[in-house]
Amino acid sequence: MSISVYVPCDSSALSLGADRIAAAISLEAQQRGIAINLIRNGSRGLYWLEPLVEVVTDAGRIAYGPVQVTDVSALFDADFLHGGDHHLALGSIEELDFFKKQQRLTFARIGKTDPISLDDYLANDGYRGLSNALKQSQTDIVKAVTDSGLRGRGGAAFPTGIKWNTVLNTPSEQKYIICNADEGDSGTFSDRMVMEGDPFVLIEGMTIAGIAVGANQGYIYLRVEYPHAHIALNAAIEKAYAAGYLGDDIQGSGKAFHLEVRLGAGAYVCGEETSLMESLEGKRGLVRFKPPLPAISGLFGQPTVVNNVISLASVPIILDKGGDYYRDFGMGRSRGTLPLQLAGNIKHPGLFEFAFGLTLRELLYDFGGGSATGRPIKAVQVGGPLGAYLPESQFDTPLDYEAFAANWTVLGHGGVVVFDDTADMASLARYNMEFCATESCGKCTPCRIGSTRGIEVMDEIINGQEISKNIPLLRDLCNTLLNGSLCALGGMTPYPVLSALNHFPEDFGVTDTNNAA
Amino acid sequence: MTESKSIQETVQDVISTLKEKPGALLPILHGIQDALGYIPADSVPAIAQGLHLSRAEVHGVISFYHYFRETPPGKQTIHICRAESCQAMGGKQLEQHAKDQLGIDYHETTPDGQFSLEPVYCLGNCACSPAIQIGNDIYGRVSLQSFDAIINEKKEQA
Ligand SMILES: Cc1cc2nc3c(=O)[nH]c(=O)nc-3n(C[C@H](O)[C@H](O)[C@H](O)COP(=O)(O)O)c2cc1C
Ligand code: SF4
Ligand code: FES
Repeated sequence: MSISVYVPCDSSALSLGADRIAAAISLEAQQRGIAINLIRNGSRGLYWLEPLVEVVTDAGRIAYGPVQVTDVSALFDADFLHGGDHHLALGSIEELDFFKKQQRLTFARIGKTDPISLDDYLANDGYRGLSNALKQSQTDIVKAVTDSGLRGRGGAAFPTGIKWNTVLNTPSEQKYIICNADEGDSGTFSDRMVMEGDPFVLIEGMTIAGIAVGANQGYIYLRVEYPHAHIALNAAIEKAYAAGYLGDDIQGSGKAFHLEVRLGAGAYVCGEETSLMESLEGKRGLVRFKPPLPAISGLFGQPTVVNNVISLASVPIILDKGGDYYRDFGMGRSRGTLPLQLAGNIKHPGLFEFAFGLTLRELLYDFGGGSATGRPIKAVQVGGPLGAYLPESQFDTPLDYEAFAANWTVLGHGGVVVFDDTADMASLARYNMEFCATESCGKCTPCRIGSTRGIEVMDEIINGQEISKNIPLLRDLCNTLLNGSLCALGGMTPYPVLSALNHFPEDFGVTDTNNAA
Repeated sequence: MTESKSIQETVQDVISTLKEKPGALLPILHGIQDALGYIPADSVPAIAQGLHLSRAEVHGVISFYHYFRETPPGKQTIHICRAESCQAMGGKQLEQHAKDQLGIDYHETTPDGQFSLEPVYCLGNCACSPAIQIGNDIYGRVSLQSFDAIINEKKEQA
């Protein structure tokens, strides 16, 4: 029997040469006359160990990493195909503390299976949630999601069950499910990992959503920067249609659900749900006034569920194991798990799925291992480009929506970007203003004009010009943005800017004598 | 003018294949850019006609999205991530190095028509920062040296 070898097809693993490793392993096996079964899996998310190669042995899946092409021959010499010892050997992957200590619910299969194998998906608990949902009333499906306590993982943390209930109770011939796969936040990649590493779980989640609210058409709005996710999603959708998991009669239930991937075009603001719908309708991505809520009048004016990838990918396990099972993880009003993405200047970057409640410090040091450079960590930006920078004094904040909100910080999509003590917070604040100016949809003046003004003020501050005049000016601008913006792009750019200023005034040239705060 | 005729044919093909889709404009623009590398100004009237929109509306959409371009790109487009995680790992030095090595700024193309340079705000490769993308190929933990090696490799492929 041939030996199974796993080499990830995840795009971060590819970015480190996983395709070349896979080719080298195939070639070496061929030359040595050994039959192997090479499988391309998703990533386990332990990116400092990528490219990570796993071999199926009697003692479980034994991992080696990070593997370079030049290591391949020596791995064969060390008999890695039978778990042989080698300096890159990590032992059984699932016994590694980094992996074992996580609570992987949404990411249960990722890294384990071949992402576009429906058989693999079914053999690993796939489509059990849909099967349960098909036996339940629409109200009961929505109730399970409400009971689970699931809140939207795209940033705003709105309860998913309540949103679905509104769509369910809004009568209409045509309703839509939109998956927001725009994942524009820097420091985040959990949506990408799901789409590349377990696309069926997203398809299943959307299908359940469609059945729950009575929508027969779904769209995945995918950012164009994710070509590998695009390929994986389309391959999985095709298989789901062929096997009757999508189409006019899902598994003989008489219920229909159709799904299509649509590509964005490099506009961050199109991650905002109403801008996204404008874009799907073929227009400029201008943010809409709310109300009406998308749940009542959304895509093409019809009731529409818009949910993030992780929100939808968490639905199958909720329908499989019950709302209570999911709700039993977490703390306070933050129920279930959050796939955290640790990035930037960190020794162990990767995807860590935990129940809410772990502290930032535990994440940064126990799992992250401190900075990559070995220098002190100066600041951590949580929640993407509209999230605040946290100084060391806030590292004991538990990862929980309310605990973060109480600090004037946001958990957002769970991205955590680490900076060491060489980071200049004033230049980061200038970047945050520049990002707002570049990505503004232009609908409101504070965001459109204020951000450009913000760049100019930051330039003067960085040049040390008129600090005592410019700091109050910067604060005024931030107040205008906070209060006068239609959406969070303008409305939350002050979070990174002001947190940088408040926690690191010295980087802005603020001294006791000119402190105009 | 066989060449421009074939451009017009390509554009017409894309339009007629996709125009019945709800919200067809973005799929059509993607289809044209995939085929031609950019969206030629003289394709706008055909798109407008196919979708019963005004030319101004079509143009407004093209110009709204950073990804759509109205001029032909170089043979390969290098996207460099400018976002925070990459900045935390030396992304700014990489940006400067790339501009110096290629002798161009963002949104420009090298005189030999080989490379275009575009900024991008996160490639989802933040766990392997700094990151760049060339076509569908993504690269992580890019150092100044490995950038040069990637560029040389791409030059040889061309
Ligand atoms: C400027 C801006 C960008 C956003 N980008 C995203 C995004 O990339 N992905 C996402 O899921 N939500 C994004 N959101 C949040 C969405 O508007 C919306 O709240 C979310 O898709 C709802 O899904 P959820 O309830 O499952 O989180 C963004 C919001 C704003 C204001
Ligand atoms: S805050 Fe900015 S991005 Fe948001 S609606 Fe206003 S102009 Fe558009
Ligand atoms: S911030 Fe550069 S890839 Fe995400």
